[in-house]
Amino acid sequence: MSADSLFRALPPGDHTVQIEFDGTPLTVPAEVSLAAALLGCGIRHTRESAINGRPGAPYCMMGVCFECLVEVDGQANAQACLVPVRAGMRVRRQRGVACLALCEEGGDE
Amino acid sequence: MSNAAIDLIIIGAGPAGMSAALEARTHGLSVVVLDEQASPGGQIYRQVLQADPRSRAVLGVDYVAGAKLAADFLQCGARYLPNAAIWQVTSQCEVHYLIEGRAEVLQGRHLLIATGAFERPMPIPGWTLPGVMTAGAGQILLKSAAMVPATPVVLAGCGPLLYLLAVQYLRAGIALEALVDTSHRSDLLRAWREIPGALRGWRDLLKGLGLLTELKRAGVQHFHGACNLRVEGSDRACALSFDSQGRSQRIRADLILLHQGVVPNTQVSWSLRLAHDWSEQQLCWVARRNQWGESSTPGIFIAGDSGAIGGARVAQLEGRLAALAIAGQQAKARPLQQALRRARAARPLLDALYRPLTPNRIPADDVTVCRCEEVSAGDIRSYVDLGCLGPNQTKAFGRCGMGPCQGRQCGLSVTEIIAERRRVSPAEVGYYRIRSPLKPITLAQLASERLSVEEPS
Repeated sequence: MSADSLFRALPPGDHTVQIEFDGTPLTVPAEVSLAAALLGCGIRHTRESAINGRPGAPYCMMGVCFECLVEVDGQANAQACLVPVRAGMRVRRQRGVACLALCEEGGDE
Repeated sequence: MSNAAIDLIIIGAGPAGMSAALEARTHGLSVVVLDEQASPGGQIYRQVLQADPRSRAVLGVDYVAGAKLAADFLQCGARYLPNAAIWQVTSQCEVHYLIEGRAEVLQGRHLLIATGAFERPMPIPGWTLPGVMTAGAGQILLKSAAMVPATPVVLAGCGPLLYLLAVQYLRAGIALEALVDTSHRSDLLRAWREIPGALRGWRDLLKGLGLLTELKRAGVQHFHGACNLRVEGSDRACALSFDSQGRSQRIRADLILLHQGVVPNTQVSWSLRLAHDWSEQQLCWVARRNQWGESSTPGIFIAGDSGAIGGARVAQLEGRLAALAIAGQQAKARPLQQALRRARAARPLLDALYRPLTPNRIPADDVTVCRCEEVSAGDIRSYVDLGCLGPNQTKAFGRCGMGPCQGRQCGLSVTEIIAERRRVSPAEVGYYRIRSPLKPITLAQLASERLSVEEPS
């Protein structure tokens, strides 16, 4: 947990996994949703809106609002509140309209 | 495909879906239950089977009561498919879903929609800022990750869930900056007098009063009759401002949890073009159903909060009644129907008591209504002035409702804003035409869709 976190785990979890967010390694509790993990790490916004770049963050936590869309292992538009964390997961903030994998430079993301 | 058809496909493993599965299995039906979560319980009993003693103590007895239902459900012989995202349902009872990244389809003879509720959007100025979440989201973090606020927190709005979360936070040792209540203390007595039959719901009322007493005893700063709510902050929330009893208030907080009741999740029922009516009592759309929960399309049933808000007890009874009808066992329904009448008795009172304020549903021009496409209430009013008649046309005028949430967050507000501007009823204005995919699916997944096959046991 960072000093900037909105949420913290009630019993500090002993079972953790490593993930990566925008290139920064994070140690997060295992068996929680990706959105919960990011909230616990002090990530205040997880996307920038497609229209005017407004910062967005997990809002409903139950798959309804689509505010928590992130890119997971190169796949855009993942609902972070419905995706469980997995060791080694590479997560990126979704900025603006998600680009098709085909049109990205290199094409390997 | 019809050779392999399942007697009953249930969408949702909350109280309605689990109870329907149990009842249907008792009568020998083959049952498949699909659910978006990893474990049964729905949102109300979310992860109830995994909860440790500390979580159970914080979340309370009503939550713990769900453990038996979830455990019985897992034993009942229904095929249970967790982590399934349903992206299309057809009138022929075909259910298309994504599971572990694969696209599969199931064919049923009957379908039960038990997709529950979600929180009514509360479009107030600043509600799109990071740091603003719903009270339900706060409770889901508590249930699913044992997480609590690590920063000053305010709860604002109205409805039983708001008080319940406040009490749960207290039990977890979290001090609230304030509970900002948009309902008035005097509402209770007035509603009690005015609603016929409300006395029959006294048990639910006492539960609500017990929560309020617990908050008072703990010395929580509780503002009543709050209006003109607005979240302050430029790139993140930093305070909630409002007026209460003639005085302006400003509470500093990084985390602001909003709530003004729950509404049926009608995405599947609308996508099937089932008949819906506007409920003036609950200020939302409800699918038309007969006494068994059967919709306007024969063979397709709806139970629980996805039909109309009734709570967990009502959901369980409605689920069982639908299963009885599907199994042709209507003769056994009488005790359930009596119990259902009792369980529904308090609802009109709760609906009147926690009716969300008009400005918090039909906001001022500058408030964002469609979060996905950043369309404000003023934009929608300007479309109406140009001749826009209903929610579907707002899509053409300004992409309102066309973002990833597919209108889940803006739909009710858009209907009510247009109705108010046109001076007609919401029923006349209608709703978005909901289309599949109801959940994101890639072309590759779509192309590789296959019939679901039961793994040999």
